Amino acid sequence: MSQTMTNPSEAGTDSAAGVLLPRTPNREKLMQVLIPIAALLLAVLGWHLLVTINNIPRYILPGPVDVAIALFTDSASLWPALLVTVRITFMALAIALIGGVGLAILLVQSRILELALFPFAVVLQVTPMIAIAPLLLIYAPDTQTALLICAFIVAFFPILSNMAQGLKSVDHNLLNLFELYGASGWQTLIYLKIPASMPYFMAGLRIGGGLSLIAAVVAEFAAGSAGQGSGLAFRLLESQYRMNLPRLFVCLIMLCGTGIAIFGLTSLISWLTLHRWHESAIRREN
Amino acid sequence: MTDIAVSTTRGVASDAARRSVVSMRDVSKVFSNGTLALKGMSLDVQAGEFISLLGPSGCGKSTALRIIAGLGAPSSGSIDWPSSKINAKGLPDGDVGFVFQDPTLMPWATVYDNVYLPLKLRGISKAAAREAIMDNLAAVGLADFTASYPRELSGGMRMRVSIARAMVTRPKLLLMDEPFAALDEITRQKLNDDVLRLWQQHGVTVIFVTHSVYESAYLSSRIVVMRARPGQVFADMEIAQPAERDQAYRVSEGYRQTCQDVSDALQRAIGAAETH
Repeated sequence: MSQTMTNPSEAGTDSAAGVLLPRTPNREKLMQVLIPIAALLLAVLGWHLLVTINNIPRYILPGPVDVAIALFTDSASLWPALLVTVRITFMALAIALIGGVGLAILLVQSRILELALFPFAVVLQVTPMIAIAPLLLIYAPDTQTALLICAFIVAFFPILSNMAQGLKSVDHNLLNLFELYGASGWQTLIYLKIPASMPYFMAGLRIGGGLSLIAAVVAEFAAGSAGQGSGLAFRLLESQYRMNLPRLFVCLIMLCGTGIAIFGLTSLISWLTLHRWHESAIRREN
Repeated sequence: MTDIAVSTTRGVASDAARRSVVSMRDVSKVFSNGTLALKGMSLDVQAGEFISLLGPSGCGKSTALRIIAGLGAPSSGSIDWPSSKINAKGLPDGDVGFVFQDPTLMPWATVYDNVYLPLKLRGISKAAAREAIMDNLAAVGLADFTASYPRELSGGMRMRVSIARAMVTRPKLLLMDEPFAALDEITRQKLNDDVLRLWQQHGVTVIFVTHSVYESAYLSSRIVVMRARPGQVFADMEIAQPAERDQAYRVSEGYRQTCQDVSDALQRAIGAAETH
């Protein structure tokens, strides 16, 4: 809105600026940044007004100012907790990636193995993870391991099923071509099946990345009463017990930020891998 | 180019047994769903021929081509590649190039890497393969597009990459499965000339599946007309062609007569399938 106002003054000081370049691409870019930020600020303002006008007490709904103050004072003590949660999330995602991709490759190589493992996959996938958590807390050597296993199970399946689907979705004529040139099973896997499954794998990675954080938090909730919960989700519960709502909101904001960071990271990896060739990563131009 | 006398393929036929590149004997193919795609098909292909398999859809011409390529064994009958080295799987070892109806390129690889693929699968290093790749890309006029990705190319250019890939191993036999069916007429005529030039320069034997009378009459030294239900050879026609074929040939009386003869044979083949 405001950048159009600056054009006349530019033209006035520099004669070369008399011929204005088409502004639309820049303006488009600026809008893409400004509109979401403005909407977010508006929502925060609405929150502030809601709290102050209705005189809502801080222990029921803190205003943005209270939360900002808490963010300043409490975040230092919450960093170690965040680190614990982030570590569990990424370790679970890493194990899920190795396990999911590895198992998917095994499954598509052997029909017998696929049939044999199918019931286990279904049982593990349809059972709500939170229902397994109490068992895991009993069997796992410590709480951290239990949390890790919970987060792993949840992130594992989208990666496995997407990767398996991708490995099976290879162009049949390309498979024929590899057969024609006498490619070995390994060559077909490495040069054809794995590259062809990348779009599917990336979808699995993005889902798995988001889910591993959710699962880590949910598992911490389940474990919270059982152990020396030091993750961010436990701090969140603790804040609730103490009616320290501003601190609870700080926990939420930190979790939200972690989620955004994971989403951004997985999206970036996906873009770096696919942007040269896959339709999903290419801007349509008409 | 003119020293390759195209119209003398008949002279080669005398020592057919020795020089044949592919020999199909009474080949039948039944698919797993019970469809009888081919029944008792026999075909001998001599070195240096340009054969078109012409027929209505469902006549098994693509199936025959795949069997010749070694993709899928015949249900009965025999197939042999007398002049090729046979590998452990009983298939001709690297002597066959295949061009599919779609360009069938790897979308994640550049033009260069797509053409490199057959050599990579044989364990040839990128440096050693460079000359062959560049020669074949130059032969189809794509030397400047090595770093492009398939999606950045037009349909005709993608098909040229596919042809360059098929030729990069210096095959004895080039199999083409309706390669230009999806292309516009102008691109198609240009690619027809390209294929003819490759055939004349390299002396490769070409088996070309098509359902276009005009395309087969323009390209072939021999046309095998097939009929449907069951898929069989209906007519086997030698075509006397001038070595140089160009725009003038497309409007010549000789070409028109060939088209008519081939078209008549095709009509009889279609009629034969309907009466049974």
